[in-house]
Amino acid sequence: MTLPTPAPGKTRREIHEARARQRGIVIASLSTLCVVAAVVLLVPLAPGWEAVQKSFFNGEIFLRTFPKLLQAFLLDVAIFAWCAPLIAVWALVIALCRDVRNPALYPLRLFAVLYTDIFRGVPVVLVVYLIGFGVPGLGLPRPWNSPYIWGSLALILTYSAYVAEIYRSGIESIHASQRAAALSLGMSKSDAMRFVILPQALRRVVPANMNMFIALQKDVALLSFIGPVEVLRQAGVFKSLLANFTPYVVAAIIFLCVTIPATRYADYLIAKQNRARS
Amino acid sequence: MTHLVLRNIQKSFGNKTVIDDLDLEVAEGDMVCLIGASGSGKSTLLRCINLLEPIDDGYIELDGLDISDPELDPQPVRQRIGLVFQSFNLFPHMTAEENVMLAPRRIKRLSREQLRPDISALFQRFGLSEHMQHYPDQLSGGQQQRVAIIRALAMQPEIMLFDEITSALDPELVGEVLDVLRQLKAQGMTMVMATHEMGFAREVADKVCFLSGGRILEQGPPEQLFGNPQQARTQAFLSAVL
Ligand SMILES: Nc1ncnc2c1ncn2[C@@H]1O[C@H](COP(=O)(O)OP(=O)(O)OP(=O)(O)O)[C@@H](O)[C@H]1O
Ligand SMILES: [Mg+2]
Repeated sequence: MTLPTPAPGKTRREIHEARARQRGIVIASLSTLCVVAAVVLLVPLAPGWEAVQKSFFNGEIFLRTFPKLLQAFLLDVAIFAWCAPLIAVWALVIALCRDVRNPALYPLRLFAVLYTDIFRGVPVVLVVYLIGFGVPGLGLPRPWNSPYIWGSLALILTYSAYVAEIYRSGIESIHASQRAAALSLGMSKSDAMRFVILPQALRRVVPANMNMFIALQKDVALLSFIGPVEVLRQAGVFKSLLANFTPYVVAAIIFLCVTIPATRYADYLIAKQNRARS
Repeated sequence: MTHLVLRNIQKSFGNKTVIDDLDLEVAEGDMVCLIGASGSGKSTLLRCINLLEPIDDGYIELDGLDISDPELDPQPVRQRIGLVFQSFNLFPHMTAEENVMLAPRRIKRLSREQLRPDISALFQRFGLSEHMQHYPDQLSGGQQQRVAIIRALAMQPEIMLFDEITSALDPELVGEVLDVLRQLKAQGMTMVMATHEMGFAREVADKVCFLSGGRILEQGPPEQLFGNPQQARTQAFLSAVL
């Protein structure tokens, strides 16, 4: 009996895996094709399809509203851009307050606990309403009655509560031996935190925080309820104007163009971290 | 001259007594080895001396100062006592050099430039000059442990504590770390080490203490303790490990 001669430079296992991979790709493509074909062929048979197509997938309206909506989306990005760094910093303050052990500073700790409980317990949209309408309602002079300021503050306050918890989980994930090593050298507790624990903890929570910030980018659209003409509100304006829902689809697609790559990147970072740790 | 004195040390975790009425004296320049079965309290004792764990009762005197006073700020005391761990515990996000410089920079407020000559000399002495800019994960276990020793030495402690510092190493790397200890001994450093390296303890220790159940059951010069142990439990332990 003759054994098959192995291909040069490849192990039998590699050859087997390459074959299995090819087979997998073919099967996956075929089954995807079947599902897509079914959707494309069957959905138009639904009795209301023509109406839906006209009001949600109108190509002409799509092209006409796209530039203006993209421009409005820049406001979403801008609001995100000034909120994100403030969240990163404020959340760190909250996270560190929760770890304070000094009895004189107990009120800080209590504040941090209440803060995270409250802001994680209330729907974001409610916070946006309460702060975004409530504070300007006090009759503050311009520019302090701007919904941009108070809407952004609502997002910052809410998201900081979540990000603070992520920071804390990162801090707790650093093994106690790192702190012991720093203290054994005679370093102060705060130096141990600042130079040894935090730098490692912050690195470790980058992927988790990316997911929070992707959610933040989407929730910026909530500010549309209190005034700023960002993409969701602009789409609403077009909807009323043209009596057509296509602008909402455009807005959704614009969001997806940002959030899908960002989500994929966060997943990639998580996978990389898991590989490094195993 | 007696450098470190422990009197009636008590330490428990919950209701489990880990150090039980323990006395120990370490003379200046001496190397004291702690041996004993796993769980006998060696690591806990070293962590208590370094004030990483507060003792429940008793006294620890360092050069005449009662360092076990609960009202005392532990920070300056720890600067005088170096501790090296079994698992190295290097800071993984810093190079070897940054690991070593961090504590002197923060505590003694010295700049990197001021520290560099002395620290380069330390790396050179322990054969690690070419690894100063490497991160811990780029170093072998033996190299990491030597960096950890340098990191403790950089604070210029009066006494060094070693907790089974060769236990996590591949056998062929143990020698390079033990050589460092021989050098320190030759220089007159006062040292207390927990170890399973009986051959090494026999060779360099001035005093060997056998711990069992949180007490020092037997102590003496290595020839005596290894050659002619008096207690039945010491004999049993030694015949199991030798
Ligand atoms: N932080 C802690 N909390 C509770 N129990 C502890 C703690 N640290 C140590 N112990 C217990 O104290 C006892 C002594 O532990 P220790 O680590 O000092 O022993 P050891 O002699 O160093 O052992 P080994 O040779 O395994 O390192 C063990 O029973 C251990 O379970
Ligand atoms: Mg131990």
